[in-house]
Amino acid sequence: MILQVENLSKKYGNFLALENASFEVKEGSVHALCGENGAGKSTLIKMLSGAIVPTSGRFVIDGVESTGMTPREAMNHGIRAIYQEFSLVPFLTVAENIFYGREPTRAGFCDFGKMKDDARALCREMGVEIDPGARVETLGVAQQQIVEILKAVSSKARLLIMDEPTASLTVGETQVFYDIVRRLQAAGTAIIYISHRLEEVFSLCDEVSVLCDGRMTATRPVEDVTRRELISLMVGRDLVESYPESSTAPGAEVLRVSNLENDRLHDVSFALHAGEILGFGGLIGAGRTELAMALMGELKIDGGTVLLRGADYRPRSSRYALTRGIGLIPEDRKHQGVVMSLSVKRNVSLGILDKLSNAAGILSRAREDEYYDKYATELAIKTATPNNLVSTLSGGNQQKVVVAKVLARDCEVIIFDEPTRGIDVGAKHEIYGLMRELADQGKAIILISSDMPELLGMSDRIAVMSAGYLVADLGRGEADQATILELASTKLAMEEGMQ
Amino acid sequence: MRSVNRDRLVHYVFEYGIVVVLAVLVLVFSLSSPSFFTASTLTTILSQVSVIGIIAIGMACVMLLGSIDLSVGATAGLVSVTAALLMSMGFPVWSAVILTLIVGIVIGLFNALSLTLFRIPSLIGTLAVMTALRGLAYLLSNGIPIYDIDAGFKQLAQGSFLSIPIPGLLFLGIFVVVAIVLNRAKIGRQIYGVGGNEEASRLSGVPVTRIKYFVFALSGLLAAVGGLLLLARTNSGQPSAGSGYELDVITAVVLGGVAITGGKGRLWLVLVGVLIMGTLSTGMVMNNVNDYVQQVVKGLILVAAVAFSQIAARSQGGRTITR
Repeated sequence: MILQVENLSKKYGNFLALENASFEVKEGSVHALCGENGAGKSTLIKMLSGAIVPTSGRFVIDGVESTGMTPREAMNHGIRAIYQEFSLVPFLTVAENIFYGREPTRAGFCDFGKMKDDARALCREMGVEIDPGARVETLGVAQQQIVEILKAVSSKARLLIMDEPTASLTVGETQVFYDIVRRLQAAGTAIIYISHRLEEVFSLCDEVSVLCDGRMTATRPVEDVTRRELISLMVGRDLVESYPESSTAPGAEVLRVSNLENDRLHDVSFALHAGEILGFGGLIGAGRTELAMALMGELKIDGGTVLLRGADYRPRSSRYALTRGIGLIPEDRKHQGVVMSLSVKRNVSLGILDKLSNAAGILSRAREDEYYDKYATELAIKTATPNNLVSTLSGGNQQKVVVAKVLARDCEVIIFDEPTRGIDVGAKHEIYGLMRELADQGKAIILISSDMPELLGMSDRIAVMSAGYLVADLGRGEADQATILELASTKLAMEEGMQ
Repeated sequence: MRSVNRDRLVHYVFEYGIVVVLAVLVLVFSLSSPSFFTASTLTTILSQVSVIGIIAIGMACVMLLGSIDLSVGATAGLVSVTAALLMSMGFPVWSAVILTLIVGIVIGLFNALSLTLFRIPSLIGTLAVMTALRGLAYLLSNGIPIYDIDAGFKQLAQGSFLSIPIPGLLFLGIFVVVAIVLNRAKIGRQIYGVGGNEEASRLSGVPVTRIKYFVFALSGLLAAVGGLLLLARTNSGQPSAGSGYELDVITAVVLGGVAITGGKGRLWLVLVGVLIMGTLSTGMVMNNVNDYVQQVVKGLILVAAVAFSQIAARSQGGRTITR
């Protein structure tokens, strides 16, 4: 047994990111870690690699007990984590990167010859063909991924943690990668493998642990679990939250998207009606945000048509979209939603300055107050004074400021991209109520959400995207969590099946 | 409760400490040199700071965007030489003025172009433009001052109205107009928005690129006004006119509390920053401080002002520059 985790917990304030996680990883075993976004996977691996300290619990690595390590200690005990973002130095060669910080020396000088030979030997051992003298910036993503692994392996890794290692690899590259994993396994290295691709779990892993809402719901040998079971373990909570019911039937068609194409979107078609909330489900990177950005004119559209109230709509910028009645609540509130250095009122005004100013471009403060009061009351924005900086507000209230900005533009189509991410439960429900109210008023709403219960609870229809394709358009009755998750990985499964 | 009061105190110190600094400076110089605190010295200071001040108003707008314009001093020099050349060739004063103001605007638009179209950071782009413009000023004048200018033109610098020198009036007038634009006009709000968060502003429908062109054009225009004032003051088109002004101007703006990351700052405090710079140089001259020492002092003040602004930003949870 290389790793034993016992009752590991991590609390942020009152929020339990991970609660009493326990599992074991055997030598030479590939252990899959599955769960939805926000289930606690990152929290868990960050504790193992020393990036964060557990609140309680302990783990035993190679017989050494620990209640929390520094990154340096974790490394010394042979724990290596490979994250999705690489930690390579692009201007150095493959060999230099592999031995970065541990360069072999001769008489105090770096021994480049030995370094290159060692790197070549390592490549041969792992069965990969990479020139140790090539600079990393000249390599493709897949090869960089492999260099990252070689770097970890070269320093006697006992436990290798991989976070979605194949996310950016093509099918062929994935095969090469699988070979490396099997070689490592044969050499006795233990591997914790995080993946959203369930096919991978079944083809590559020996055991699987499932996290759901910060709790470890199961640890089982892979052969004892079916795909369907795994999905229900991942999402397996009851829907205790309540969502506001729709009180109107969908009205006229407002938006029709046909065969939309660009680098990230393939043949996307759907229709959106007044008074309905159309949910978009899918994995991260499936193209949902890209679709929103394309509709806002922030991403180029290469093909297909968009009709807005029957008229051709070719967005060029957010400015263009907003003046034609399409508004976006962006996914990253802090960087795309609010201007932190401006007051609450000025944030709301920022999008409607043309309505607040006269022909000479001078603002009317009276009209500004009028608009602010209207939307601050309607959305119940809680702030000490409207002149306080928006940075002093809670996440939920900041989000309301972003919503106010879009509402003040009188948008007919409102896209909410992950509207409740990082927002506490109370404010979440206020936002749900607001979205439903807007729909009942006849607005057409698109909801992009990775929060399954939210998506299922709020949406009148659910479109599922996978790898840039819109793979399904489900009615309220047809959608459930397992179906959506299954559909969300269809294109990935197809790609894997192709080779 | 105590911590709230303490936060507020910290806030006021960082926000208005600069006004106290100005008062202390005036006091020190008044004590050390009896002729300092007189009407004539004060008009001299106003007249002296007017060029730096006018250029600083444009720079403040540029820095509110989170950019910088190093080409202002060289623009002033080129405008000074060009206007002198035009006048010596017989162009009437008004046409020389209008043509050179247009030159200033075009330089500003070019700076905005290199920033928005070619994505050259303004620190580098305007540094390059600064060098090129200075070279151009020397080329046009063959490296020697041009004296042959219209006799009436010097009134611009040497005349006065209600015993306030005309450059001072011009400075205050421009200050009032730009202050109104920044605080009350649509475009002013958009400048603060873009400087505070460009992405969020763009997604809110703010025409970010247009705003950048406007602000850099304004900076170029005001630098040209500064150049014309220099020409009128020295009565000659000097190719070296305005050398090193960018440093004085940036120091004044930073002293005035404009965040170097953009999005935060008030124009009237920039006015205070300008007055500090003016008081300091006039005071040092009156106390016979060596010219080279003055340069050292100015450099140190810029370091101190930026350090202060970074500390202020950190203590109030704002953004700082780390590289």
